Amino acid sequence: MVLNLDPRPLEMIRQHGARDYPNECCGVLFGRAEGENKRVIEAVPLRNLRTDPEKAREVLPLEEPGRESERNRFLIDPREQLRAEKDARARGLDVVGYYHSHPDHPARPSNYDREHAWPWYSYVIVSVVRGEAKELTSWVLTEDRSRFGSEAIEVVG
Amino acid sequence: MAVKVVIPTPLRQYVGKRDAVEVQATTIGEALAHLTAEYGDLRRHLYTEDGRLRSFVNVYLNDEDIRFLQKEQTPLNANDVITIVPSIAGGCARRCICR
Repeated sequence: MVLNLDPRPLEMIRQHGARDYPNECCGVLFGRAEGENKRVIEAVPLRNLRTDPEKAREVLPLEEPGRESERNRFLIDPREQLRAEKDARARGLDVVGYYHSHPDHPARPSNYDREHAWPWYSYVIVSVVRGEAKELTSWVLTEDRSRFGSEAIEVVG
Repeated sequence: MAVKVVIPTPLRQYVGKRDAVEVQATTIGEALAHLTAEYGDLRRHLYTEDGRLRSFVNVYLNDEDIRFLQKEQTPLNANDVITIVPSIAGGCARRCICR
């Protein structure tokens, strides 16, 4: 499996990660499934609902509130997500995955990422170290939900 | 009665690549039970091992979140539309689980 990424969305993800540092940023990836592979045509920044703790709690309560915040957790408002899906469809595209940043952490999925993941989607993670976007990786959940498999990224166009 | 369940893209592979499935049910809980009985591979993505709906699985009845209705006991009317919407959540931790 390969994630083909246009240069524009790639740059958009990196800039978003740097801009929202030290908080986690998040967004949606629009594109097309091409057989086993996916192509990302656009990355659309979305709000990290964890910056609004009251609203976030209604959607998905934190497991350890003392240790979790918008600095190490992200959450996308399901209504914003529905809107994004409709936008994608209206433009003849699909939601092929999501991206988020790991501030001052490697671009590797956490156990929390895995527990909240869905199959098929590509999960792009950008590591942002002291405000600067560094490594960028992509992951797909295995069928049995036990782990993430690494997905190769190819920059196209 | 017959209701429609709209399936999100990542789960369509488990229901014959369809974007919606019709089920017979009188409550939301029953509709989801029938759905996962017919399409067994869906179950682990919607329910935890002890049979609870996963916390990040949102279920809407005609655009209304069932958490603000009667949750899984919410009664259904003919031609209702149920939409399954995954909450997209995550975040970093010290322990990585990549291969």
